[in-house]
Amino acid sequence: MRTKFALLGAVIALALMPMTAAAQRGSSGQLNIIYWQAPSILNPYLSGGTKDVESSNIVLEPLARYNEVGELVPWLAESIPTVENGGVSQDLTSITWTLQEGLLWSDGTPVTSADVAFTAQYCMDPEGGCAQLRVFNGVQSVDIVDDRTVTVQFDAPTPVPYGPFVSMASPIIQQAQFAECTGTRAPECTDANFYPIGTGPFTVVDFRPNDVIQFEANQNYRDPMLPHFQTLTFKGGGDAASAGRAVMETGEMDYAWNLQLAPDVIAEMAQGGAGVPISAFGTLVERIEINMTDPSPDLPPETRSTREAPHPFFSDIRVRQALSMAIDRELLVEIGYGAAGQVTCNLVPAPQAFASDANESCRVQDLDGARALLDAAGWTVGGDGIRVNGDGRRLVIDYQTSTNAVRQDFQALIQQWWREIGVQANLRNINASVFFGGDPGSPDTFQKFYADVEMYANLFTGTDPQQYLGAYRCGLEPRPDTQWQGENINRFCDPAYDALHAELTQTASISERARIARELNDILIQNYVVIPLVHRGRVDARANSLAGVLLNTWDSGLWNIADWRRVQ
Amino acid sequence: MFTYTLRRLLLAIPTLLFIALAIFLLLELSPGDPMADMPLTIPPEVREQMRLALGLGEAWYIRFYKWLYMFSIVEPSYVLANMTGIESLAVEGQRIISFQTRSPVADIVAQRLPQTLWVVGLSYIFGILVAVPLGVYSAYRQYSWVDQLGAFVSMVGFSLPTFFTGPLLMLVFSIWLGWFPIIYDTTLVVDSLQDFGLQLRQMAMPVFVLTLYNAAQINRFMRAAMLDNFTQDYVRTARAKGMSEKVVVLVHVLRNSMIPVVTVIALGIPTIFTGAIITEQIFRVNGLGQLLIIAIYASDFPMVLTLSMVFAILIVGFNLIADILYAVLDPRIRYD
Repeated sequence: MRTKFALLGAVIALALMPMTAAAQRGSSGQLNIIYWQAPSILNPYLSGGTKDVESSNIVLEPLARYNEVGELVPWLAESIPTVENGGVSQDLTSITWTLQEGLLWSDGTPVTSADVAFTAQYCMDPEGGCAQLRVFNGVQSVDIVDDRTVTVQFDAPTPVPYGPFVSMASPIIQQAQFAECTGTRAPECTDANFYPIGTGPFTVVDFRPNDVIQFEANQNYRDPMLPHFQTLTFKGGGDAASAGRAVMETGEMDYAWNLQLAPDVIAEMAQGGAGVPISAFGTLVERIEINMTDPSPDLPPETRSTREAPHPFFSDIRVRQALSMAIDRELLVEIGYGAAGQVTCNLVPAPQAFASDANESCRVQDLDGARALLDAAGWTVGGDGIRVNGDGRRLVIDYQTSTNAVRQDFQALIQQWWREIGVQANLRNINASVFFGGDPGSPDTFQKFYADVEMYANLFTGTDPQQYLGAYRCGLEPRPDTQWQGENINRFCDPAYDALHAELTQTASISERARIARELNDILIQNYVVIPLVHRGRVDARANSLAGVLLNTWDSGLWNIADWRRVQ
Repeated sequence: MFTYTLRRLLLAIPTLLFIALAIFLLLELSPGDPMADMPLTIPPEVREQMRLALGLGEAWYIRFYKWLYMFSIVEPSYVLANMTGIESLAVEGQRIISFQTRSPVADIVAQRLPQTLWVVGLSYIFGILVAVPLGVYSAYRQYSWVDQLGAFVSMVGFSLPTFFTGPLLMLVFSIWLGWFPIIYDTTLVVDSLQDFGLQLRQMAMPVFVLTLYNAAQINRFMRAAMLDNFTQDYVRTARAKGMSEKVVVLVHVLRNSMIPVVTVIALGIPTIFTGAIITEQIFRVNGLGQLLIIAIYASDFPMVLTLSMVFAILIVGFNLIADILYAVLDPRIRYD
């Protein structure tokens, strides 16, 4: 039966050959994408979830995007404004964008600078609860110069002004559609949030929240030949394993997102022959964060895990260093991630210019070195194999992370290695929605850090780590008077680090920025405040018959969906 | 009978209010957070603003009162307006908004209810159709091979969880044999015989998994009730009167044995609406069960609260119906 259809298809394809040679819009037919997390809303400003942001980027587009190697490329804009071409002012306080000529919304109306300015106004509304507010940080105003030109004014010199309207986090929305949807009225606009009008290659035909979205080619798309596909079904839900199967084994789907599966499972699926796994690396690093403060439950809640109570033994750098040296990162990658992971000794693993090469010694496990360090620090091995110091304090630590098969494997392995150097680790795993939930009433959040070490992954979006490295400055630590909110999870504080970071915020030259970022990274790593483990990539799967996919970890994975096409 | 029903209905109101409060407080005290799914790159102050925009800044009793008002007045009026087509019936005011989708909860429930009723409802009906005759025959021919087979199937249905049988069926029938699709196509519109065939194929596995589970339960009850009745005096009397075995089994024993089974069946009906959380999730059926589990993961409090409350109402309602059915089936039972 199947061969018959295939033959029939081949005959039809041959018959249509002269017509499709020119690759008309829609000539590739139907595309099926599966995300095992289903999109809930198609407005990236109301949800920060990756599934929502990536799916809405099929319809909504920014002025500029990062391509698959992390370079900024113009998208709706004519070119990337820089100081050299005059698009960025000499004092670095403003950037002027010019829209391409003749851009149309999918409803046929022209895209103007008013839409761009409105997008900023929509997100910056204090009542709206915009999830992407961070990219509009420091924006004083967005001024309309003419129909195609806007100028973003910042309230201070901004060496990297590519926050607003750049990348998947801040696409342009249509003013006519969202004008009545600002501030507290944002959630009332169900139609606009489910059926946004955009400039992208596809338009929404049917949106079923947390289930499926159907798209069709945008007849007003700026390239008359694109997109290659006529219709697109974006299915959500289920689990990563069966999503991978549907692409690589049964061939029901053409593209599956983010297959967080054990390496041997993916390899086995790839044997299915209908598709292949593809991977790419961004900035995601699985790491162990060290608590520089005392999480002891004997302390009162006002001082527990705050800077007022320094950690009893992590204040000695040798103990922290020994923990890092005892870890065999190669083995962790092999067991947990396979092709989707690389050993890293850095907090900033990419882009290449920003990745330091000063910490490579971590690649090799050194149990003897770790033992020697602990000996030198005055910790002697007790009768049960656990080290004790002069005050009779045992080297016992609490090690927490979120519930996740790979993380629990890592915990067990690392516990064993630490045991070998005389450190006892008590393991805990906490449901991800609690651990990352930030509820100040819960003792189990990663911000509260009621443990000695904790493991999770974090990344920065775009290619510039300024914000990311800024998290480790003094005063940003979660504490009772900030309702336990804050980004400095380790409670690390070093004035020299803060001064260097302040220099970064004033520097415009890319090579200088890279040097400072590397130095900041080295301060954190060489102080063993953060123990990086694995540079994690993203593994997607595509059908063999799907061409044009360029997996992009710097922007939406579906960034160039217009170029995707069917091949034999 | 009527006064009894009325009294039970009135009593249901405080019960439901108490249930609503209990669920609300449970969600309130549970450590989840609607912002937990957001990437860590979103800074804390932005998260705080998003929380405020969701209305989480208000005190719990205000939020509970608002939700109660919306649930009992605003939402029913919209449902009524939709059903009758008279738009003016809808009460003006804020509707219950889901945290995930920022759209009215009732619309999403309405969108998903048919899928659940089809898949879970059909499996329930199949379950009854298989279980009742099998239970009757198993009891009539106790320890025969049919009885042994029924016992085996029931044991399998009871002891193998759906999260095991589901992926197992997928492996065998989708990946090895290629008969059924893995992905349930929820956009399929049945308007031709071929589409109907596709619909049957994609429903086959989830319905089978659930039928096995439902049949296992009902079958055991049916068999036990029949066995109890076969030893009763009236059965001997009926046989002594010279009635055929058919009449004895199907009229006398079956009717008397149905009393506990009807209770089990009636009490199980709310589970058709609650959907089969695990099965729907595995097969990607966009039903209410899947909706509930996604909402729980996302800490979508309004959605979880509303769905749980709808389920609570159904359970209280079907309890009442089961009690009334008792009286209908068994003339000895009188509630007055």
